Amino acid sequence: MNLDFSQIVPYIPFILKGIWVTLKFVIIAIIFGFLLGTILSLFKISSNKALNWIGKVYTSIFRGTPLILQLMLIYFAIPQLTGYDIQPFLASILAFGLNSAAYVSEIIRAGIQAVDKGQTEAAQALGVPYRLMMKDIILPQAFKNILPALMNEFVTLTKESALVSTIGYLDLMRRAQVVGADTYRNFEPLIFVGLIYWLMIMVLTTMGRIVERRMKFSD
Amino acid sequence: MIKVENLYKQFGENEVLKNISTHIDSGEVVSIIGPSGSGKSTFLRCLNMLETPSQGKVWVNNQEITDKKTNIMKVREQIGMVFQHFYLFPHLTVLENLTYAPMKVKGESRESAEKKARELLAKVGLSEKETAYPNNLSGGQKQRVAIARALAMEPKLMLFDEPTSALDPEMVKEVLNVMKDLAQSGMTMAIVTHEMGFAREVSDRIMFLDEGKLLEEGSPNEFFNNPRTTRAKDFLEKVL
Repeated sequence: MNLDFSQIVPYIPFILKGIWVTLKFVIIAIIFGFLLGTILSLFKISSNKALNWIGKVYTSIFRGTPLILQLMLIYFAIPQLTGYDIQPFLASILAFGLNSAAYVSEIIRAGIQAVDKGQTEAAQALGVPYRLMMKDIILPQAFKNILPALMNEFVTLTKESALVSTIGYLDLMRRAQVVGADTYRNFEPLIFVGLIYWLMIMVLTTMGRIVERRMKFSD
Repeated sequence: MIKVENLYKQFGENEVLKNISTHIDSGEVVSIIGPSGSGKSTFLRCLNMLETPSQGKVWVNNQEITDKKTNIMKVREQIGMVFQHFYLFPHLTVLENLTYAPMKVKGESRESAEKKARELLAKVGLSEKETAYPNNLSGGQKQRVAIARALAMEPKLMLFDEPTSALDPEMVKEVLNVMKDLAQSGMTMAIVTHEMGFAREVSDRIMFLDEGKLLEEGSPNEFFNNPRTTRAKDFLEKVL
């Protein structure tokens, strides 16, 4: 066995810096995707046909094509079209946020539709306007039910974030490759960042569990 | 208080309400009875536009609510509704269930909304439950909270859609007692119910619906002792 982790010790600070580089865009992409996904889910359940259509087409495009293709289109094709030299950071946020919104919108739509129709009727009978009803009555109940599915989506996004290494964004994954090329050893740096990814997901999962427990108001 | 003129309601091919015209006066307690599928609940739900009538007009307080220009949300503030399955907001405490609409819809201060909510909870005998969540209450308690929630909006009219049908038998009475008190306080009430004894005791008038038609209308005495139609006779023989 030809394993020597001491070889990568000098590179550890370089790799560790990648944690924040990855997290920085993952967090923004999750928030962006979540907000856009919420809006799209409201489009999908709206009685307005045009909004319905926008929601459906959006999802079919972003769910129907590979994420890496969307990433490359945004990073390589936007400059060609517009002349705007897009940075890897912004391109990554856009690609992952837009893509995640498609999945999140489906999750939230299902969550809203799973809330008892009687809740809507009770709110209407009290004269509660649509906007308030959604915000205070329907969405809080929907989110409680979809939290596990939502966490799943966030976990997937965090792991898939490694794709941005293909556009030269110096994230964790890319750093492992750089170290690999530098030292002619791939196993050690890959295992090392693999461990870091796993730890990040564990933290995320634990946070999800805590939120879930907090929201168990009524059972 | 309420006037209904030539009301029709269709669900696709299915004609659920056929040409109903009637009225409910201020302070009147009206029970709507009839076999399952006769359109009772649909009729009640047309009175606050939870169902949109296919044809016909409904007025509440001289305001035509079937008119598209009417702001139905404003009208609904004056109409309390109690459902068979309660539909309390499960993520809010009992007290919050009562204060939510008065604060958010009518813009009352938290202080005055809570004061009123506590009075109402005392009235329905649930003062000690104000911090509980609905899922920790029994069916009868839930329904009493639901009644209090509707009353918190200080409605001029209360609609009850089979309020005791989902309850265990031993909890029916506690809900009916609350409704009786309410009827005696002069509240205008329209009640869809299968509780014949209750309907007979508290109602000023009975409406008998069958296959979407308003077949009979009259005082409880008239209706229960001398039903005019054979349909009503058959029905009463089965349920009494």
